[in-house]
Amino acid sequence: MHIWRDISGTLQPFWVTLRNMFRKPVTVQYPEQHREPPPRYRARLILTCDPDGEERCVACHLCSAACPVDCISMQATEAADGRRYAAWFRINFTRCIFCGLCTEACPTLAIQVTNDYELAGRDPLKLVYEKKDLLVDHCGQEPDYNFYRQAGIGVAAPRGGNQTESAPVDVKDLLP
Amino acid sequence: MPEQLITLGLIVIKLGLIFMVLLTLAAYLVLAERKILARMQLRYGPNRVGPFGLLQPLSDLIKLLTKEDFLPASADKWLFLVAPGLSAVTALLTFAAIPFGPPLKIFGRTLPLVVCDLNIGVLYFLGLSSLAVYGIALGGWASNSKYALLGGIRGLSQLISYELAMGLAVVPVVMMARSFSLTDIVMAQADIPYILKNPPAFLIFLISIVAESKRIPFDLPEAENELVAGFHTEYSGMRFGLFFVGEYINLVILGSMLTVLFLGGWHGPWLPGVVWFSIKVLAICFFFIWVRGSLPRLRYDQLMHFGWKVLLPLALLNVIVTGAALLWIG
Repeated sequence: MHIWRDISGTLQPFWVTLRNMFRKPVTVQYPEQHREPPPRYRARLILTCDPDGEERCVACHLCSAACPVDCISMQATEAADGRRYAAWFRINFTRCIFCGLCTEACPTLAIQVTNDYELAGRDPLKLVYEKKDLLVDHCGQEPDYNFYRQAGIGVAAPRGGNQTESAPVDVKDLLP
Repeated sequence: MPEQLITLGLIVIKLGLIFMVLLTLAAYLVLAERKILARMQLRYGPNRVGPFGLLQPLSDLIKLLTKEDFLPASADKWLFLVAPGLSAVTALLTFAAIPFGPPLKIFGRTLPLVVCDLNIGVLYFLGLSSLAVYGIALGGWASNSKYALLGGIRGLSQLISYELAMGLAVVPVVMMARSFSLTDIVMAQADIPYILKNPPAFLIFLISIVAESKRIPFDLPEAENELVAGFHTEYSGMRFGLFFVGEYINLVILGSMLTVLFLGGWHGPWLPGVVWFSIKVLAICFFFIWVRGSLPRLRYDQLMHFGWKVLLPLALLNVIVTGAALLWIG
């Protein structure tokens, strides 16, 4: 009989709502209660250092090229020992969409995402982060990687002086 | 002269009290509805303004008062301005005929706890409830917007589908009480409320007043996912607030009517009459909110179908059966 099905279908939701009324709400009361986001959550960007404590960023501009909203800008320069770094590095977090493409583009794993999502503020100019705001003194999520000790460039160690490298081939030793 | 002055003063005090209580109740019903709905959906509801969000109605009022009172360019100006008032005033006026307590002895005189004990109180209620839809229809028409117009038309055709059944559900009550006066109807329920004597009439009236209140599952005039906001799409600020408050005053009044006609009004053991009346009305208001949390919106043709093909024949049959039973008992 359709009518009994209809009547029970009309009455059942009342029981469901009444039962749920006495359950604990699932809402997280945000300013008082915080929920720890997952470790790989994509929020505020940082510039990390390598295990030696030097800046990882080599100012290659790949992150700013990968950025879909063009919120990263920098000026490349070179130290006396040949090490490249950014003279200034700026991320405009009012534009940033937290897509993480910059971290995928970075060859030295310098730019990384953190799970610190509380960036809101009233002054947009305070959301333009300079290098001093971005630079941290730890390695972020990649504690072991050291670009200058992998890449075969004779800056941190002489050419071929790193553990994973063999010495450069002397192409002239086969000459008669 | 002082006798008449005291009478006049008592009436004015009574009016002022009713006015204040109704408006405050309407404002806090909004909060209660948001809270209860939220708990049914495992949320907290408004809890930021004041302790437990108790000042939320106040901040809502300030917000509505300070918003721009917008008049659409091609609207019918006077009707547009009058319609929200019509909706709120008819809702307020209806309460005049509703007895909310047993007569009170004060200053050596009996003070009936009703603004005006009309001998045709039932008809007065039915008449004003039909008038209330003018606010919706005129507001929808005057806005000169297709959504508002559709909402207004829906309001009208909803009215003709449920109102006949609502009127016919009251007829057995009038037959049993042998009076149109709401006070007499309450007096007649001193022993057994009419919900026990005539449950079908109660059910039909309950369903009809849910439709009358224009709430889920019969909120077709303002079906927000079809018509933006229905008849009050173009309204802003306090004019929207008047529609909104009118809706909730209407809720209280429909609850009071249900209490008076079927639940025995102020009758009840131990507690004073006014308290019993308030408990019953608030319980019905909770039921309305509960319905809103539980049921989906009916389709337009389903309401018409239900009103004309189910409720109306049932109500007519109920009138005949009640009449026959009354004749048989004598």
